[in-house]
Amino acid sequence: MSETTSTSKTYPLGLSEHGFQYVKIWGLLLGLLVVSVVGPMIGIRWLTLVTAFGIAFVKAFIVATRFMHINLERKFVTYMVAGMLAFMLVMVAGISPDVLKHEGHHWVNKAANDAVDRGEKEGAAHAGEHEGAAEKPEAPAAEHH
Amino acid sequence: MSSNSESLGHLPIDAMSTAAGEATKTDTHGHSHDAHGGHGEHHEEQNFFLKYFWSTDHKIIGMQYLFTGMLMALVGGFTVYVFRMQIAFPGISVPGWGRVTPANYDGLITTHGSVMIFWVAMPVLIAALGNYLIPLMIGCDDMVFPRLNRLSYQIFAISILVLGASFLVKGGAFGGAWTSYPPLSAKAEYNLTPQGAPLWLLAVALEFVAFLLGGINFVTTVMNSRAPGMKMFDVPMVVWMIVIASILFMASVGPLVAGAVMLLFDQTVGTHFFDPNKGGDPILWQHLFWFFGHPEVYVVLLPATGIVAEIITVFSRKKLFAYKTVLYTAVGTGVLSFFVWAHHQFIAGIDPRMANIFSLTTLLISIPVAEMMFVFIATLYGGSIRLTVPMLWALAFIGEFLIGGVTGIFLGASGADIYFHDTYFVIAHFHYTFFPIAFISVFAAVTYWFPKMFGKMMNETFGKLHFWGTIIPFNFIFIPLFLLGVRGDHRRIFDYSRFPDLMKPGMPELRVLATLSLVTLLAFQAIFLLNFFYSLFKGKKADRNPWLANTLEWQTPSPPPHGNFPEGLPTVYRGPYEYSHPDRAQDYWPQNEKAAS
Amino acid sequence: MIRPIATTREATGIPTGRLAVWWVIASEIVIFGGLLGSYLMHRLGHPEWAYQSVHTNTAAGAFNTFVLLTSSLFAVLAHDAAEHKDGKKAAKYLMITCLGGLTFLCVKGAEWTHEIREGFTLTSNTFWSFYYTAAGLHGIHVIAGMIIMLFVAADAAKGKELQRVENIGIYWHFVDLVWIFLFPLLYIAK
Repeated sequence: MSETTSTSKTYPLGLSEHGFQYVKIWGLLLGLLVVSVVGPMIGIRWLTLVTAFGIAFVKAFIVATRFMHINLERKFVTYMVAGMLAFMLVMVAGISPDVLKHEGHHWVNKAANDAVDRGEKEGAAHAGEHEGAAEKPEAPAAEHH
Repeated sequence: MSSNSESLGHLPIDAMSTAAGEATKTDTHGHSHDAHGGHGEHHEEQNFFLKYFWSTDHKIIGMQYLFTGMLMALVGGFTVYVFRMQIAFPGISVPGWGRVTPANYDGLITTHGSVMIFWVAMPVLIAALGNYLIPLMIGCDDMVFPRLNRLSYQIFAISILVLGASFLVKGGAFGGAWTSYPPLSAKAEYNLTPQGAPLWLLAVALEFVAFLLGGINFVTTVMNSRAPGMKMFDVPMVVWMIVIASILFMASVGPLVAGAVMLLFDQTVGTHFFDPNKGGDPILWQHLFWFFGHPEVYVVLLPATGIVAEIITVFSRKKLFAYKTVLYTAVGTGVLSFFVWAHHQFIAGIDPRMANIFSLTTLLISIPVAEMMFVFIATLYGGSIRLTVPMLWALAFIGEFLIGGVTGIFLGASGADIYFHDTYFVIAHFHYTFFPIAFISVFAAVTYWFPKMFGKMMNETFGKLHFWGTIIPFNFIFIPLFLLGVRGDHRRIFDYSRFPDLMKPGMPELRVLATLSLVTLLAFQAIFLLNFFYSLFKGKKADRNPWLANTLEWQTPSPPPHGNFPEGLPTVYRGPYEYSHPDRAQDYWPQNEKAAS
Repeated sequence: MIRPIATTREATGIPTGRLAVWWVIASEIVIFGGLLGSYLMHRLGHPEWAYQSVHTNTAAGAFNTFVLLTSSLFAVLAHDAAEHKDGKKAAKYLMITCLGGLTFLCVKGAEWTHEIREGFTLTSNTFWSFYYTAAGLHGIHVIAGMIIMLFVAADAAKGKELQRVENIGIYWHFVDLVWIFLFPLLYIAK
């Protein structure tokens, strides 16, 4: 943001030209926030995932480019950040088959499966007591595939 | 990482503009080159404490790390002496310690492993050499964040105090191995060190913070503050290696920091992150640990190879063979090192299909490392080799590390690893890689840079005596352990006399041979310490370039004054390895020497 | 301490301070990446956690997202003011950013108090362990950012070290970014 700005136009609240742009971007981010909160209320699972995580990525992209100015920085900064994120993907990809999955080639993680069953039973029992959480029991099923 | 190199490639133009701008900039800061260079003389009187403990000078901080690392090496050496005696002579009262209890034994092994890796190899190879060499070798007067640098050492010092405290608390030093696998490490009723465990974890975490701060400092310094004219491929290899290692460390340690917080909560407040009975998963810790632990091998290996590259070129009076290949290989090795970690877990119950993938990547990573070794041998080929003490160490590094690398192939293949993994074969392989890294290359570095650091020459005769007195016993320790490992000698055993299968003819004798060799090796270290301190005070005075080397640190007085280059900061005209250039009478060509024409 | 000449060089074309901030962020990405990656793998493997995550307070989370986004706006406005060499204005905006951080922590405190009273503590279930650990680690970063920001603002008000306004701003946006991912992970995906 080193280029000098023309100050011929005036903007509300005594903001500079860039400042006004920032406020508009903030407005956009708030709009996205509303969508991500309202999204799950519709109750369609894929739509929830899109509005929750898809919008998180969009927001992240906007903040990184418009507020952190990563796109105006030397290219290697983007590569460096992207590289770190890629390493995290490698990590999750390498660990998931053992930790996320509870069974695989010639093995079953009995302790984890027991923990799931125990939690499901307790959860269902509690859901019966609390009338507030009554509409939730279909949620766990949604997490399966 | 390749991105990093790309931006450095912009340098020529940037550097020239910096060169032009620097004079004016320093003027505005109120101290010109000359004022700065000369300020060693009219420096305000500092007392001993301020000069050696509160300094922001990168050379002092480097030496703080070096001496601390040497001190910790004594701790690591003592612990291994005690538990090796127990292994060779079960039940004996060890001179200097007494009888070893099973709990002692666990604590000693854990301390040996964690001290040697986190408090010897890391601080000496990265922090000490990085701090001392980077500003000198890239031709600037200090790190870009001198106070951050001091803070980094102070945090490191605190981590040692915390570790030291863990020796004194109830239950003694942590006894859950340096890998700290839960549930052994998470539950005090298993490791029997209720207070040692969290203190150990805290010490390791502090040490990580210190090296993160140091690493950020190293990387930004090298990226931004090179001497005018020093392009990407004019940077000495050891500096490149320390930078790549710092980035690897930064990228791999994060998940372990997160894991350490989780483990600390498991130990102290009773969460169940790693408790399978409560929905946690102990395998997760192993993954997080080795996701760091394997790149960590390359974090220390790369600076070691960088040291060897510097020394081999100087003492064979030849250009480094294939500079760019070594550099790209190092970057490639670094990236690949993030894809191999689970080969430490082949017998931990990971999915066999993943084991196949990790076997393949592990075998792949031996290619670039082997390539680096070939490059060093090619550099030696046809050179006029001078067998000085640093050169002996550098050559020994290549030979000994090759044994470590080749035996690694057996362990990288998951089928063979299932037999070997719990035997002494693993211990021998590991030490054939780490001893060359943490000691052989460090001895090479210390004997090579000693004249620069302290302005005195080390004694060659004592140096050679120490060299042979270290290398020969080293092989007599670990070749027996290979043989024991092949015979199925189980590691993690406190008292072998209770296991008739492991007491077959020949096995106890090999253990005794290994232990006696270890005692010999430790005894010979006294010669090094003697030589070090004798030369420090009484050694022959060294001139500024005793080895006739090209790199910038040799073009300034020994030891360099505060501000490093009293004649003004250097400008660089060529690469670091222009030895035996056909157009020159002298067989070396300093990087900062202007071409005659 | 005399400032070394090393600090005035700029071979990459990025000022040293900002370059270091990017490296800090790179190293933070892997810390949060490791924690959130671990959480994600457990979450997908443990459908029963849905019974626990039902109890997180989406409204509080959404409000905190709003607070952090707004504080980020003021951080970037402070940067803009610093670009125009207006240190006083930059300091003022930084203080507002800090105020945002404080509001965030207060909401977090109230939220946690309520949840702990309900019996959802760090040790009650691994979901809650992750919930408190992840948000706590993030909270520590918020606090650290606020402390540094106060120092930067104090300097900026005197017109000194204005380049630091941008640097602390970049860090603050990163803290905001982490929360942008924590919010759906902990509050929305139920």
